[in-house]
Amino acid sequence: MTLLEVDALTIDYRTGGGTVRAVKDVSFTLEKGETLGLAGESGSGKSTLGLSLMRLVPYPGVIVGGRIEINGNNILKLSNNEMRSIRGKKVAYIFQDPMISLNPVKKIGAHFLELIRTHEPETSKEKAIERANEILKNLGILPERANDYPHQFSGGMRQRIMIGLAIALNPDLVIADEPTTALDVIVQAKILDLLQSLREIYGMAMILISHDLSIILERCDKIIVMYAGQMMEYASNVELHKNPKHPYTRGLLQSIPNIELLDQRLSAIPGSPPDMLSPPVGCRFWPRCSSAKKICSAEEPPLIDVGRNHFVRCFLYTEEGANHE
Amino acid sequence: MSEMLRAEHLAKYFPVQKSFLEQIFTREMRYVKAVDDVTFSVDRGEIFTLAGESGCGKTTTGRLAVRLLKPTKGKIYFEGEDITDLRGEDLRLLRRKMQIVFQDPYASLNPRMRLGDAVGHPLKIHGVAKSEGQKKLVLEVLDKVGLAPPEKFVNLYPHQLSGGQRQRVALARSIILEPEFIVADEPVSMIDVSLRTTIIDLMLGFRKEFGLTYLFITHDLAVAKYISDRIAIMYLGRIIEMGDKGRLFLKPAHPYTKALLSAIPIPDPKRKRKSVELAGEVPSAINIPAGCRFHPRCPYKKEDCAENEPELVEIEKDHFVACVLY
Repeated sequence: MTLLEVDALTIDYRTGGGTVRAVKDVSFTLEKGETLGLAGESGSGKSTLGLSLMRLVPYPGVIVGGRIEINGNNILKLSNNEMRSIRGKKVAYIFQDPMISLNPVKKIGAHFLELIRTHEPETSKEKAIERANEILKNLGILPERANDYPHQFSGGMRQRIMIGLAIALNPDLVIADEPTTALDVIVQAKILDLLQSLREIYGMAMILISHDLSIILERCDKIIVMYAGQMMEYASNVELHKNPKHPYTRGLLQSIPNIELLDQRLSAIPGSPPDMLSPPVGCRFWPRCSSAKKICSAEEPPLIDVGRNHFVRCFLYTEEGANHE
Repeated sequence: MSEMLRAEHLAKYFPVQKSFLEQIFTREMRYVKAVDDVTFSVDRGEIFTLAGESGCGKTTTGRLAVRLLKPTKGKIYFEGEDITDLRGEDLRLLRRKMQIVFQDPYASLNPRMRLGDAVGHPLKIHGVAKSEGQKKLVLEVLDKVGLAPPEKFVNLYPHQLSGGQRQRVALARSIILEPEFIVADEPVSMIDVSLRTTIIDLMLGFRKEFGLTYLFITHDLAVAKYISDRIAIMYLGRIIEMGDKGRLFLKPAHPYTKALLSAIPIPDPKRKRKSVELAGEVPSAINIPAGCRFHPRCPYKKEDCAENEPELVEIEKDHFVACVLY
């Protein structure tokens, strides 16, 4: 069965200066055990999209349209109480900064106990401790360290603990929002390896949100490339790497340095991301696009199926666009 | 090629704040050894990169190089002249020749200063050109970093710009005095991927145009590989491997360099990366392990490693490694 189905999701931030449409008409599905990568630059709406899957979009953000179904259950229709039983248990979130996501005056073990016993009040304290120790072992942390406070751990260790808290209730879906951005490369590789092995042990699906397309290409089965709140391209990792269709995706791929290539030529995408209070009319990428045609600044391109489960939002792949100047 | 900058046995120790009780009962001072005996030289016109993880001392080394900090030990030479102990007026004059670009373009620009004033500020400090001439120079340099039309940008405030544009302003400010040497401390790590390349290309362009020399500091080896001529890898305040870019990436010698390289994600789903074989995490710079500072984490360690600190040795032309394996 489909684990997650997002349909025509639209999210606005109603700010004093006007309405920002942070996520616009995004649809995708995720099966059990799959990994999906959300790639995009700052302001592309990837974190807002991630948070909306737990109904945690911060004020003044409002989900104004669409559907989010988890196991066939539309979570936008649930009461706050019902929602609370989904967070952590069905869907868990790993935030970017492990320092501000842990309570500094609480021992690590207590974090686990609170989480387990809030969601499963029938579990005895001894059972909960046993489970916490089991998880710590899987994370590569000695169970004795359950009596330490967050500040006694390094950044990488804290992120491991966050991951442990996320998987403690064995959720169906884990959303990891830039889980390694604050960490060094060696720690990053180890954390990503850990996520992957835990995913295999517990059979979870994962959404990995990152600005770093190399991580996403390396770790995810399917990839969504976001730009200015819209899904610009959707494909499997191999397909996206071999056959990038959208000019933005191509530009991104050409601007990542690859450590394995000598004398690589990098090229940049001209311009900068749009002001989201007044995004460009038509395609949101056209002012930076080298293949822009007249139609691009007039109409919004639809999401086009180019085969092999590959979708792209660009006029280059429509009949009317291909014939335009 | 002539030598631009040389650092000899450079070290910088920062004293650790002691608690009240410690102050009463002990006299001993503890230090964070941020930089601990670093020797390197940068040739005129080259891009020399210091790379390493956070806390390895790369930024401190960069700040020592432009004398924003005074070294605890060691010497710094700029164009053959000893600048280790320069002060006051002499130091100010030196700054016309060496500039620094910082990582965070949100913090390095005064939010209440118009861009024109911020970029022209170095001219004022050094008394270069009069008011009309200053304006002309500012416009020229803004145009050079791609902020066009410059007349529009002169009157804007930093908050009206994106991160990429701010970093361009910071670059403009660093080149307006036509320096010979620039320390660029992680200039692209806070900028979106699609804009990084333009900043890097600007820097490479300036090297061609003005014959600039760069000391580039980064944690991102993929960027280091793209931009530099020579690279030094730092670990806990020391250079553990240094050399020509091609040799270093083709034949990394130090176990730490190998681990670093194996940890970098490769943007190609068909390439399967080997996992990183490295135990533990970087120890604190207050208690640096005796002997080779990398030995507690090293998969190839020998008995000797815990006792003697290895020196940098040349294993092939322009490729230095500090490891007993060589």
